[in-house]
Amino acid sequence: MAGDGDPADEQWVDEHAGPVVRPYAVTRGRARPVTGSFDLISLVTATRTNAVEEAGLGPEHVAIVALTQRMQSVAEIAARLDLPVGTVRVLLGDLVARDLVRVQEPREPAGVNDESIYEAVINGLRAL
Amino acid sequence: MDYGHSERPAGARVLPTALKVLVAGGFGAGKTTLVGAVSESRPLRTEEVLTETGIGVDDLSGVERKSTTTVAMDFGRITISNDLVLYVFGTPGQDRFWFLWDELAVGALGAVVLADTRRLADCFPSIDYFEGRGTPFVVAVNCFEGARRFGLDEIRAALDLDPEVPLLLCDARQRESGRGVLITLLEHAMKTRESRRRAAGG
Repeated sequence: MAGDGDPADEQWVDEHAGPVVRPYAVTRGRARPVTGSFDLISLVTATRTNAVEEAGLGPEHVAIVALTQRMQSVAEIAARLDLPVGTVRVLLGDLVARDLVRVQEPREPAGVNDESIYEAVINGLRAL
Repeated sequence: MDYGHSERPAGARVLPTALKVLVAGGFGAGKTTLVGAVSESRPLRTEEVLTETGIGVDDLSGVERKSTTTVAMDFGRITISNDLVLYVFGTPGQDRFWFLWDELAVGALGAVVLADTRRLADCFPSIDYFEGRGTPFVVAVNCFEGARRFGLDEIRAALDLDPEVPLLLCDARQRESGRGVLITLLEHAMKTRESRRRAAGG
């Protein structure tokens, strides 16, 4: 403490620097997607094999299209591209608006009269 | 089986369904270990960057004060079939991130609460949470080496668990064991759903 005029609890860097910059740069400052809500387990599939030609797309958009050639959840896309989920939601909104990906929202288990889903999962787990 | 040679146009496949279950418990109870043991590949990690808007707190307008927190969630995937995928999410640390739990718990089939007998009280908040929400859950006691073994009756009493909540021992490192826990959870969730529907219908 002696002669220290900059106590740790007054450091600005903790609150104002850091990871918030990159995600918002990727989305050009947007916090919300133009369309869609995108649950963590919404399943995303690309509708085309390639999105490089599209104008207005960033490298992350192109990466998502490449990644979702095989169906992936929103959570998987975020993890594999090492981007925060909120950022991925914004990018997915752009891609949905351009019809570059198709999104399958999860069913509501409580709302569906469907015991067969449970049985399918149980049987699937047993068979693994 | 009637769909063997369907006349639906190519591309109009059965819609894929994603389901999720949660793995909760105190710090160090083995959540990520269990997620990894049951997943088809090593666990993935996703991050939510939370800001005040994300947390839903309305700060005084015009005050430039952005507090951000990064919350990591580990999760894994089990592909049941071409059109059925089960995701297993480890819940982020207790206490501070309940609102994230709410997001995760919506639509979850159920939850596994991992307990460590050396720190049994650590899983109380998880149990309280799922009881309060009505999310079906099981308690799996992770058998750590060197930890004293207790009888399930003793543990049930210590946790003050309802008699219908399944309680079982597991080794979170073992795929077989973890799979058994998930099967117990799914069976319990299905039963809970049935009895609730009967109660609502009658």
